[in-house]
Amino acid sequence: MTPLMPDHALEIIELNKAFGGLRVTQDVSLKIRQGERRLIIGPNGAGKTTLFNQISGDMRPNSGKIKLFGADVTTLAPYRRAHLGLSRTYQIITLFAGDTLEHNVTLGLLGLLPSRWQMWRPLSFYRNLASEARRTLDTVGLLHLADHPISEIAYGEKRRVELAMALAQKPRVLLLDEPLAGLSNSERTTVKSLIASIPRETTVIMIEHDMDTALDLAETVTLLNYGRVIVDGERDAVIADERTREVYLGD
Amino acid sequence: MHAPLGARSQMQFWIIQGLNSLSLGGLLFLLSSGFSLIFGLMRLANLTHGAFFMLGTYFAAVAMRTYTGLNIWVTALGAGLVVAAIGGLFERLVLTRLKTNPLGQVLVTLGMSFIISDACLVLWGGDSIPVPTPHNLQAPTRLFGFVFPTYRLVLVGCAVATAIALYLLMDRTRLGAMIRAGVDDRQMARAVGIPVSNLFTIVFCLGAGIAGAGGVLGGPILSAYPGLDADMLPLALIVVILGGIGSLLGAFVGSFIIGFVYTFGTALFPELAYIILFLPMIFVIAFRPQGLFGRVGA
Amino acid sequence: MKWIASALFAVLLLSLPFFAGDFYINLASQILIAAIFALSLNLLVGFGGMTSLGHASYLGVAAYFSALLTSRYGFGHGAAALISIAGTIAMAAFFGTIALRATGLGFLMITLALSQVLWGLAYRMSNVTNGDNGIAGLTRPAPFGISLDSAGAFYWFALIVASFAFLMMAIFVSSSFGSSLKGVRDQPRRMAALGFNPWMIRWITFIYAGFWGGVSGLLFVYYNKYIHPTSLSITSSAEALLGVIAGGTGTLGGPVVGATLVLLLKNYASAYIERWNMLLGLVFLFIVLVMPTGIVPGLSKLATRFRK
Repeated sequence: MTPLMPDHALEIIELNKAFGGLRVTQDVSLKIRQGERRLIIGPNGAGKTTLFNQISGDMRPNSGKIKLFGADVTTLAPYRRAHLGLSRTYQIITLFAGDTLEHNVTLGLLGLLPSRWQMWRPLSFYRNLASEARRTLDTVGLLHLADHPISEIAYGEKRRVELAMALAQKPRVLLLDEPLAGLSNSERTTVKSLIASIPRETTVIMIEHDMDTALDLAETVTLLNYGRVIVDGERDAVIADERTREVYLGD
Repeated sequence: MHAPLGARSQMQFWIIQGLNSLSLGGLLFLLSSGFSLIFGLMRLANLTHGAFFMLGTYFAAVAMRTYTGLNIWVTALGAGLVVAAIGGLFERLVLTRLKTNPLGQVLVTLGMSFIISDACLVLWGGDSIPVPTPHNLQAPTRLFGFVFPTYRLVLVGCAVATAIALYLLMDRTRLGAMIRAGVDDRQMARAVGIPVSNLFTIVFCLGAGIAGAGGVLGGPILSAYPGLDADMLPLALIVVILGGIGSLLGAFVGSFIIGFVYTFGTALFPELAYIILFLPMIFVIAFRPQGLFGRVGA
Repeated sequence: MKWIASALFAVLLLSLPFFAGDFYINLASQILIAAIFALSLNLLVGFGGMTSLGHASYLGVAAYFSALLTSRYGFGHGAAALISIAGTIAMAAFFGTIALRATGLGFLMITLALSQVLWGLAYRMSNVTNGDNGIAGLTRPAPFGISLDSAGAFYWFALIVASFAFLMMAIFVSSSFGSSLKGVRDQPRRMAALGFNPWMIRWITFIYAGFWGGVSGLLFVYYNKYIHPTSLSITSSAEALLGVIAGGTGTLGGPVVGATLVLLLKNYASAYIERWNMLLGLVFLFIVLVMPTGIVPGLSKLATRFRK
């Protein structure tokens, strides 16, 4: 009797995507275990965000499979993947600028709840949502700004709100698209420690363009270039690999 | 219309319907090619387009009845230039101020269409004014023993000629290349130094002008009447939705599909004409929302 | 301060038939009907971010259904109203599935095309709809046996319906569904990533807006005792859109103010100027060029500046 293998948190099998003649994802295969901290790196145009978009469902691959805890999600709509435990942040800030921080995180909580379809009770009626939202803001150190509109806070604080929204849903797999981009040194330290403190129940996959900044958060690293996986494995092995040097220092 | 006797009369009837379909298709192309161009480049649903067409028809009706010898081609050219000028002024004075407000742009084109249609009502009254068919084209053509209204044949020819001219413009001239670049990627086109705002004015004038000329050429078939703009605009919309936004080929094919569907539909089921009209559009939207020839995400 | 003003306003509304003449009471009824229609459209435009130029369809369909069922097929008003609303909802559901294949300008064009088709049908199918003659000689309902034929009685009826509509829409907008609607308006991709189904949210809103449009259509046909294809026309949809945008789409009060203005303009303008359409067009141009966010936001900005 073969023992039951636990499903990988995320499994990508020979994924391919092309825009006309331009192949942005070429035969990409990845296996990410539950609780892993994976960093995806590569120069600009390597296809990192495109890969994320296919994982989250914002783009459809031309061929290949994506499996979330064993379930085939390749053609599943993005909102359904959220219900399977997938969460992501974006390179560009996509918060609700006119609303307060609390409202933003509340929306993050609401997305998975059946009460999101309620039409005859004011949202403020759900006090537990508001307190849960404030608690989440507290974990990222932004409780004092909870009633401020997003438009009034600093860029680094907005990044933390994005993280709060993604974490509020207690996701099983979290995709972070360049979470440290554009941050000052002190902001970067804050966000990095937040990422480091994410519980093990959540598998974290991060894209960073700048290798050095996020390296100490990663356990495993995947190097992409021209849409292909070049190197893939334990962090130190990938750093030491010849090919990594080539990609970043060559051409 | 019940054909009275004989297979030949039946054939004649259906051939006439076929020709009517072609000429309606041609007319629709003259109407919607400009609309498609404007939408493709400027991302603007120009709701004034029906009114531009109607201006041309009124122009023809009034001019050709006042100067009875007036050549329809000259009239079409004149109307085209006048309507193009009106369009250009409107674009320069109003539309350019609303670059960041696409909804506003749509609303002002709607407002403009009300102004134009009401002005026509004031100037030329509520009765329908027929446009005379040119003398040399009044006699029917005899081909293969069947009789064809000559003018309708000519109209199809005009549409084809316009399609060819537009194709050559888009494909072979520098202006066309700039327009295509602007349609594909506005930011990039600006970045390479293409004067996009001037292009906008040129394309808007071109679109309006073709509509005006088309109105003249459609005059003998449609006549000028208040409400012509409201009748034509949804047809342009349906053609462009069917054929695909920004695609001239789509506008061409879509026009003739609608021409056939509408003509035969009205002949067979007169009361359901409007439903029949929008069936192709529904099918396309359901199964291929970018239209037959449009690009995804246009 | 706000409470006193609101209370006074409510008293004014309730007591209007006691001190105003029939002309003004009727005008007020028309304003109430236009307000419901504008509010229903604003669910789409302001809160949903979906600009529709075909909203008159729902007003017109409900009105025609009611007119035909009562005058030609001998239905009582109660049953006719239920069937009309059911029909309007079904139509909104169907039109919604077509129109929501697109967003933005595509959506606008499709709603316009669909409503023009209905308008054309109303004109062409004259053996059913009486075409250009419209359907006249209709009656008003008599709920619980109370006649609505007097100006005052109809006004109170309209006031009750309008108040209910306003309340329901206010709750809708502040509910969790309403918040998700506004979220989808602002950041649809983000909302999908959070687990919200953008299409379903838009579609349900579309139907709900159609429902209230239908309600305003019933009031419309009861008030006028007459229905004509013009009520389904682009002009009708455009007037409603103008009212919503002129008043300000972001609030509930804005569309009401805007609809009132458009109605007053129409009533007075048509007394002095024959060219209502041209005036409407010019007003469109003026509002869009000069006051793009609308009157109510403009005024409230002035008020805040005043206080400082």
